[in-house]
Amino acid sequence: MKIHEYQGKEILRKYGVAVPEGRAAFTPEEAEEAARGLGGGRFVVKAQIHAGGRGKGGGVKLADSPQEVRQLAERMLGMTLVTHQTGPEGREVRRLLIEQGINIARELYAGIVLDRESAADVIMVSTEGGVEIEKVAAETPELIFKVRVDPAVGLRPFQLRQMAYALKLEGSQIKSAVKFINALYRAYKETDASLAEINPLVVTGEGEVIALDAKINFDDNAMFRHKEFAEYRDFDEEEPAEIEASRYNLNYIKLDGNVGCMVNGAGLAMSTMDIIKLTGGEPANFLDVGGAASAESVKAGFRIIVSDPNVKAVLINIFGGIVRCDRVAQGVIDALGDLDVKVPVVVRLAGTNSEEAARMLRESPLEFIVADDFSDGAKKVVEVVV
Amino acid sequence: MSILVDKDTRVVVQGITGSEGTFHAGQMLEYGTRVVAGVTPGKGGTTHLGVPVFNTVADAVDETGADTSCIFVPPAFAADAIMEAADAGIKLVVCITEGIPTRDMVEVNLYMTDRPTRYIGPNCPGAISPGKAKVGIMPAFIHKPGSIGVISRSGTLTYEAVGQLTALGFGQSTCIGIGGDPIVGSSFIDLLEMFQNDPDTEAVVMIGEIGGNAEENAARYISESVTKPVVAFIAGRTAPPGRRMGHAGAIISGGKGTADDKINALKEAGVLVAESPAEIGSTVQRALGKTG
Repeated sequence: MKIHEYQGKEILRKYGVAVPEGRAAFTPEEAEEAARGLGGGRFVVKAQIHAGGRGKGGGVKLADSPQEVRQLAERMLGMTLVTHQTGPEGREVRRLLIEQGINIARELYAGIVLDRESAADVIMVSTEGGVEIEKVAAETPELIFKVRVDPAVGLRPFQLRQMAYALKLEGSQIKSAVKFINALYRAYKETDASLAEINPLVVTGEGEVIALDAKINFDDNAMFRHKEFAEYRDFDEEEPAEIEASRYNLNYIKLDGNVGCMVNGAGLAMSTMDIIKLTGGEPANFLDVGGAASAESVKAGFRIIVSDPNVKAVLINIFGGIVRCDRVAQGVIDALGDLDVKVPVVVRLAGTNSEEAARMLRESPLEFIVADDFSDGAKKVVEVVV
Repeated sequence: MSILVDKDTRVVVQGITGSEGTFHAGQMLEYGTRVVAGVTPGKGGTTHLGVPVFNTVADAVDETGADTSCIFVPPAFAADAIMEAADAGIKLVVCITEGIPTRDMVEVNLYMTDRPTRYIGPNCPGAISPGKAKVGIMPAFIHKPGSIGVISRSGTLTYEAVGQLTALGFGQSTCIGIGGDPIVGSSFIDLLEMFQNDPDTEAVVMIGEIGGNAEENAARYISESVTKPVVAFIAGRTAPPGRRMGHAGAIISGGKGTADDKINALKEAGVLVAESPAEIGSTVQRALGKTG
């Protein structure tokens, strides 16, 4: 799960990570009020969307008075922000973060992720802050300093000092950075985060180490023990069809093509997208109806696929194991009967009770194109869209 | 022969009285697997599906000599269940449960270091040695005894591959799903080594997907230590970066873990990579230069 910058900073503040004073605003009035509440003479107005690169896209602006904050907020709220992470269609700005201006002396980087291979957390710091860390990793990997946290003993003070020195900090900044990274790691670990990234991590003119930006993602599998984070979910940042799918425990990801696909199991769903592409088509979505597809989930999945106006045909690819193909076929027949589907539907059912399923589809008054195997299914569905 | 599970495997099912546990324990019994015990805390002393149920894995091991565990307990308790099995001296733990928090698996991984227990999964279909034993949830009828080893990060895609093999006449020695999570107990390398040493396995099919670098590591291992033919397929060539494709581990992040990287590494290691998921069986045919 992704959250906004201001929500991430709210969490970090609770763990004692230094973040600028700031408040969220949903209207220009709230923005002005937030600035008055913060006080001081310099403010930053930051668009809150679930994507990076906001500064370059015009989503981060400086203001010298609460009135100017309001004027900027009027312009920013409702605008479509395009960054390298949003895609060309961009994202509508609906929330802002108003912060006190910070006197920036240096821009650094700190990030924490899980290293899958060694099954341990890895903390990365770099003197190259404020730019994409992937770029730094590709071009100047020697400028990224990594520390592996031994799961048995946790993050050690010597490792914190190593990172502070790698960031070329001096004097009281060392202590400040040690405290910052220690608190950041504790926040990452205790919230079951899958990513905590501070870019830039700033050294202020006063020598303080503070998080100018904050990106935190959570492990979806661990959300059962963090019920308090449910309120952080911003439905405006998600595809409506993906929200609908999540209600039925379906895994749906919208793509740009025109061949809709419904598959059971993630690996088979991915390879169904792959074979559509290999056959000359473009997949419109990833949809995993689960290893145990039922008539209900098949119907919900079908409704979601055809709600995408780009979809010109649908391929249903089910390998029945524990799930019985005749039940899936019944779900497909019910869904088509109820939904007034106007695009051709190609069905490939293999495995448990597949012959019975094929008979049901052939005998139903609805029109299906029945495919014999995996490649035949891809071929037939691509043929009908081109 | 085969690897991991066979006719002598004595299985304890953790979570046997739940709906998943009940259904799949029944299917395993029907296949002829020796399910000798079940564990559900609080239900010790009862019998379920004709199998004695115990409160702890340690009791089950003491009373029945179980050496392999199959776990169906809910995600919040699954990490603990794996550790309980290891503590009881179980040799092989197969964890089917999907949705275990990654942080729990970091702890499991740490706990298992220096312990002799091997574990497979989580979030996997399990292991089957066709005609001998099934410890997991895969549809048994698509399999056929034979000499192809199968290792996969996926569930239904593995069934698809096995279906193709069986249709072409290639039986399987053992098929294992290693799971789709970021941290798994057994890697491609662990199982490639076992298949290399198994005299009855003639060739290995490995099915990978985007995310992480398990396939790249396997490629390195294959070029150094595997002399048997290996055929591979990698799912997710068309997956967009930054999105989790169903499996928690199937995500391209920071430009790493793409299908093309994995395919290139495998090809360089001399592995025959099937271009299409519909050609996994025929690629095995090509690798062995014969029909099944």
